[in-house]
Amino acid sequence: MHLATYLGLLHTSLRTLAGAFREVAKGHGEEPDVRSTCEVLANRLDGQVEKLGPIVDRYGEHRESEPERLHAAEFEQTRGGAVGLLRDLQDLYALASFTDITWTVVGQAAQGLRDEELLNVVSSCEKDTARQLAWLKTRMKQSAPQALIAARG
Amino acid sequence: MDRIADVWGPRTPHGRETDWPVRVDQQLADGIGESDVDRWVQSACVLCSNGCGCDIAVKDGRMVGVRGRAADIVNHGRLGPKGLFGSWQAHRTDRLTKPLIRRHGVLVETDWDTAMNEVVHRSQELLAESGPSSHGFYTSGQLFLEEYYTLGVIGKTGIGTPHMDGNTRLCTATAAAALKESFGSDGQPACHADIDLCDALFLFGHNMAATQTVMWARVLDRLAGPERPRVVVVDPRRTPVAESADVHLAPLPGTNQALLNGLLRAVIEHGWIDHDYIARHTLGFEELKSTVEPYTPEHVAEICRISPVDLLHAAEIFGTSRRVLSTVLQGFYQSHQATAASCQVNNLHLIRGMIGKPGGGVLQMNGQPTAQNTRETGADGDLPGFRNWDNEEHVRELARLWNVDPLTIPHWAPPTHAMQIWRYAEQGSIRFLWISATNPAVSLPELARIRDILRKEDLFVVVQDGFPTETTELADVVLPAALWGEKQGTFTNLSRVVHLSEQAVEPPGEARSDLDIFLDYASRMGFRDRDGDPLIKWKDAEGAFDAWRECSRGRPCDYTELTYEKLRGGSGIAWGPERLYADGHFPTAADYCEDYGHDLLTGATVTPTEYKAQRPDGRAFLKAAEYLPPHEQANAEYPFLCTTGRSVYHFHTRTKTGRSPELRRAAPEPWVEMSPEDAAELGFSDGDVVLVESERGSVEVPVRIGRCRGGVVFLPFHYGYWDVEPDGHQRAANELTRTEWDPVSKQPLYKISAVRIRRT
Ligand code: SF4
Repeated sequence: MHLATYLGLLHTSLRTLAGAFREVAKGHGEEPDVRSTCEVLANRLDGQVEKLGPIVDRYGEHRESEPERLHAAEFEQTRGGAVGLLRDLQDLYALASFTDITWTVVGQAAQGLRDEELLNVVSSCEKDTARQLAWLKTRMKQSAPQALIAARG
Repeated sequence: MDRIADVWGPRTPHGRETDWPVRVDQQLADGIGESDVDRWVQSACVLCSNGCGCDIAVKDGRMVGVRGRAADIVNHGRLGPKGLFGSWQAHRTDRLTKPLIRRHGVLVETDWDTAMNEVVHRSQELLAESGPSSHGFYTSGQLFLEEYYTLGVIGKTGIGTPHMDGNTRLCTATAAAALKESFGSDGQPACHADIDLCDALFLFGHNMAATQTVMWARVLDRLAGPERPRVVVVDPRRTPVAESADVHLAPLPGTNQALLNGLLRAVIEHGWIDHDYIARHTLGFEELKSTVEPYTPEHVAEICRISPVDLLHAAEIFGTSRRVLSTVLQGFYQSHQATAASCQVNNLHLIRGMIGKPGGGVLQMNGQPTAQNTRETGADGDLPGFRNWDNEEHVRELARLWNVDPLTIPHWAPPTHAMQIWRYAEQGSIRFLWISATNPAVSLPELARIRDILRKEDLFVVVQDGFPTETTELADVVLPAALWGEKQGTFTNLSRVVHLSEQAVEPPGEARSDLDIFLDYASRMGFRDRDGDPLIKWKDAEGAFDAWRECSRGRPCDYTELTYEKLRGGSGIAWGPERLYADGHFPTAADYCEDYGHDLLTGATVTPTEYKAQRPDGRAFLKAAEYLPPHEQANAEYPFLCTTGRSVYHFHTRTKTGRSPELRRAAPEPWVEMSPEDAAELGFSDGDVVLVESERGSVEVPVRIGRCRGGVVFLPFHYGYWDVEPDGHQRAANELTRTEWDPVSKQPLYKISAVRIRRT
């Protein structure tokens, strides 16, 4: 069963994403809303990882084939300035979209397996992932005009 | 009678459902008797959001006193200490009477032409260089409706910048946000008369005795009369309000959301809810119920450090009283999870079906006198007339009204809130900042940072005010403005009551009304509509009011029924019915609502598609949120939590009240208040001068042993530097506060700064 592969993928990407939110919180401390919201979202991602625990215990996880590629998407370092912030949020958006679709795929498997426990985890985590994406989009829409038109330097 | 000592005046007790007796309060200058007064000019007090109707006494072209209007529905003749002493006295003292311009680093007097030409020149230069988003406007909660609307049109389409806000962001942004989230639009549901009718009164983070003294006098008269309402107070300090409470809950700062979830859970669990109302008029009950489920009394007691028995007692009073009136203010609005917690107050009322009922409703309070108009007219960044920036048709409506291209009206993203405007100025992308009738160098958080921004070489700062302030000191151009009593205009109080304030006297020197200044700027800038006609077609206050009436037509805040003529004589008049939503129908229809709403935890906006999919169609939203611990926590290094607030004798940064001799004497200096236990542990006695420090700054003030709960200290926010020798910046509470804001309302979190205290 390849579900184990996907659970591994999910597990890694959730941790990567949590780490990336923390990086951005630290790197953009001068934007208090970015700092505090990224921290809140990172903490909630820890919660997702925790919820995945019992599922992984049941199905196992397979993490060998993917880490290379996931590592490539990993968040390296925050950038400076208004455009830098925009780009960092965009990277978070890409990472969050990745976990979003991974949850969807895992959810499909849960349907097939009629695994109610997993289905519950998926639906609560998908809501939270939607929240991440919605916030990132809101914040980027807010910053974009100023960063792209009026910002200097 | 000494109305400084007796803040609320003598009691006129009355029972439930009987009229609040009239009591006319009056104050005249020394040596002036009633027979000396040449004329009385109709107005209303602008020293808090209550908006008490009053008449200004005029003699020989000067204001010499004030008297409450007996017929006014807001105050039935009463005035409080600020109204009596602070409103009219300061008008000849220490005013700005000539424009100032910075030359070689110093502000020097100049004439209007030179000052305005400089402003216009800089404005046009920047528009050519980097477009409208180089401009920011930061206004007030103290101008008149006509001035805000004019400024709104200038900013929104004359310039076309999204960067407009008011200091209302610091005082009532959360009220507006909570009303929009729950009911689909701003607009106060309850009214003042509900105080006369209620069986229980809940004050959430609202020290009404200090913030709106006449409103509190109305409550005191109920408390002294038969069928006294039960009172529940949520406040970390034992305020006078808390002293008269049946239940006083003193949660740790930052834990309101947990407390409210606990109240909701208890009310739901005991079945004190209106199932039929919930089914017909609300959305989201199941989610609310499951969200509050974990908040058992014991769990909440642990988070908030309160007694679980008190929590249940409060829930019982809420759940079983026939008519409950709730008020909410800064203890919620300026604290952690501000909008979320304020929405939970709305939820308590919605699940009991108690909105818009006589004596049963909610007052999401305002702070400043004219804050409601900043919100209505769009001077705070929202679109005028409670229109929705994310609704294309609303934007087109405005464009038709103003006869401009819809594309010139910024609506591509949420309007920029004040804290973000300052950030853009700090980063250098806003380079033109026009500040009117407010004093950010004392009132914004983290003052050292604000001073640095105002001093920036590449930021052109225009400040328009009646007095020299800590902010005018740092301006490039200072424009002297007329004050209350020196100009005409209307304003709307916390319960939607509109008052006309007539001009009583001439402004001093060359000072001009804020309206005239904005009109002058618009004409010098040559703003045009699509046909090449002047964009702004009015020339005076009444013309502006009539234009605004058209703009508000068909919207929730419809002013078309009101005219200057109707507002003359008698009482102020509310827009809309006496109470909103009596029929359980809310302005949530997708094509009508002011906002599609937000996620309460992060502030992420709900998209139009998502909103429509919920089919709100007139139903209210029961928005739920879990409690999150605040980011700022007391710790080993900074073991106390500091909250800021007001003195009953002062308003805002004291520019007016500090110039009234009586008020000044009553509260001349700042102080830090702490509990007797904390003071004993630190070895402080009353009057010891101490240093209160946060990570951001410090103040040096005497200790007042008093009303705080353990672990919490309090600083009044009024005091700045204009009336003391400048020896460092160690007086203003906001030296200590933190640059952080609520994710939904964007209101700064003044109520929660970790500090340490030591003897100097
Ligand atoms: S309660 Fe407010 S409006 Fe009324 S007199 Fe006092 S300060 Fe003025």
